Amino acid sequence: MAIEVKDTKAVLKAVQDAVSRFGATQDELIPILNDINREIGYLPGEALDEVSRLLRVPKSHLFSVASFYRMLSTKPRGKHVIQFCESAPCHVAGGREVFQAVKEALQIDENESTPDGNWTLTTTSCLGVCGVGPVMMIDDDIFGNVDPKQVPSILAKYK
Amino acid sequence: MKAIRSMVLVSSDVASLELGAKEIYQEFQREIQSFGLQDEISLTMVGDIGRHDAVPLVIVYPEAVIYGPVRKESVHTIVEEHLYKGRIAVGLQAPFRELSGRIAWLSARKGTLPAEQRIVLERAGLIDPDSIDEYIVHDGYTALAKTLTDYSPEEVFSILEKSGLRGRGGAGFPTGTKWRFVNKTKSDKKYVICNADESEPGTFKDRLILEGDPHSIIEAMAIAAFCVGADEGFLYIRGEYTLAQNRVKNAIKQAEDMGFLGENIFGTGFNLKLHVHAGAGAYICGEETALIESIEGKRGEPRARPPYPTTNGLWGKPTLVNNVETLANIAPILRNGADWYRSFGPATSPGTKVYTILGNVNITGLIEVPMGITLREVIAIYGKGMKNGKTFKLAQTGGSSGSIVPATLQDTPMDFDSFSKAGVALGSGALLICDEDTCVVDLAKVLLNFFRKESCGKCNPCRIGNQRAFEILSNISEGTGSLKDLTDLMNLSDNLYQLSNCGLGQTAGAPIRDILNHFRAEVEAHIRLKVCPTGVCPMSGKKI
Repeated sequence: MAIEVKDTKAVLKAVQDAVSRFGATQDELIPILNDINREIGYLPGEALDEVSRLLRVPKSHLFSVASFYRMLSTKPRGKHVIQFCESAPCHVAGGREVFQAVKEALQIDENESTPDGNWTLTTTSCLGVCGVGPVMMIDDDIFGNVDPKQVPSILAKYK
Repeated sequence: MKAIRSMVLVSSDVASLELGAKEIYQEFQREIQSFGLQDEISLTMVGDIGRHDAVPLVIVYPEAVIYGPVRKESVHTIVEEHLYKGRIAVGLQAPFRELSGRIAWLSARKGTLPAEQRIVLERAGLIDPDSIDEYIVHDGYTALAKTLTDYSPEEVFSILEKSGLRGRGGAGFPTGTKWRFVNKTKSDKKYVICNADESEPGTFKDRLILEGDPHSIIEAMAIAAFCVGADEGFLYIRGEYTLAQNRVKNAIKQAEDMGFLGENIFGTGFNLKLHVHAGAGAYICGEETALIESIEGKRGEPRARPPYPTTNGLWGKPTLVNNVETLANIAPILRNGADWYRSFGPATSPGTKVYTILGNVNITGLIEVPMGITLREVIAIYGKGMKNGKTFKLAQTGGSSGSIVPATLQDTPMDFDSFSKAGVALGSGALLICDEDTCVVDLAKVLLNFFRKESCGKCNPCRIGNQRAFEILSNISEGTGSLKDLTDLMNLSDNLYQLSNCGLGQTAGAPIRDILNHFRAEVEAHIRLKVCPTGVCPMSGKKI
């Protein structure tokens, strides 16, 4: 896998930045983890170690939180993350065909990453833009009313 | 898109048929033809309008005028006056007292089109959400000022109770009563929380309120905090809603600068600090105790209830949790009074409801209408009819935890009580309209897939039950199901309802129960004939 693993120094810096931004208390744990995840792309073991040390929270607790929320990942992810809405409103509007087209274009299945480390494909529950389903989100961009034929051109924007 | 201007429904229950409903239907066909209106008017025989003494009934939409008892001779007048000239045929309307409760409310509308009535979305899209000045110009913060200077908390509770406002998160608990509970609990510290973790599939009303009118929520939270005795509050906003988070953060800052939040508000000695807490992607955090766990920095697993958050909430302190849409109703009620609010919608659930219309209709989007509108009206008036002229088959209400409402119930008024009487749930306001090409097995599979992934895993019935139900439905959709599976599914649905800890598990079995109640023949076709009547299911013969 060519997915980039961040070096320890960058990880520690991201953790310290996040903790100083929100304060070292447990009620800020989720915002802190969110911030680190956004900065690094996922939550590496070293990051959890450092959060555990700074917040004085057991690592087991951190892992249980990190593995619970959909927006946090404990595994490395591709450069671009596709979140595909699989809830009923998008499904009824033709989401299944679009999802099939995405899988074919990238040659990967749900929860997999492409060998070049560019893409990770995940499914998600409703993104709250159901009026324009089927919807998919690439990184922070939302694409609505997606047609299976548009998929290659949408993906091409992220080379 | 075929544009239908009016819809004519002729009742065809047993009593109506005896009195010549069939002839009246044919007479309507002839008259509509002779006025050349056949492309603009749709004419339908509807089975079950309700038991009453004014049959045969004819209902004309969109004005929702009820004529009855209709004689063959009066059809010409109705068509000429109402459908051709566009005015109500006076003297032929059904007398109000002879209509049964089921449709009497329609008549009480005085023959008006149920136009959109905006209370909670009153300012959304009309003011600049980043400007507190514009909010103030549009009566902003006057309800807070009135509460702090003129009202005692007790007076606010009775106004809210009198207004009949019920929680809009889905459960429909009376808001005034909930506030009173928190007020009564003695504690040195209390919290107010705005539940903006809107993740019910198909629902995006809270996002629009927060993005379009963030100050209305802050004002309502300040009123709530004052009344229950809290001095700190959280807005738990869904992680994906970055725009809403930023708007609210900005609004809090502006309100603090103007002295509507912070220390000694309006010189009354009342203090309030509000925080924005972003979620991290978990449907279950919309459940109030899971949301509280999440604010405390833990996994969002619902707590056992009781004790309820009103006594033991955030950090064990009494906590008031209200949904965004509920809060958005507070300031308008206090500004205009309980009687004003009661003038919208039916007596048992007054006010308006924000619905999102989705699926196979011509126009999808969001509407705010008085409670008690029917599905037929929503589809015909706001959805502008079914897409491609297809037939309406079912609506899935309230996101995943709502119900599957079959077309036969499309004339049931959508309010808390009428829906629960009909055995379906209103839920959070999402209306997913599905046409004849929708397979109920496939739909239930998608819904159960959602629950199986979003179950927090704390208690067994939900964690295992949803997975198992999904597997059984998958087998049925592959053509490898057995009739015994249907008994198993029904048992799973019952067990989920009776044994789950929280609302997610308790409602997860609803889609199964609904498809077996209303569409059993279609499900059985998958098993007995190995055929998916709509051609949606793969039917590959593979066993999961």
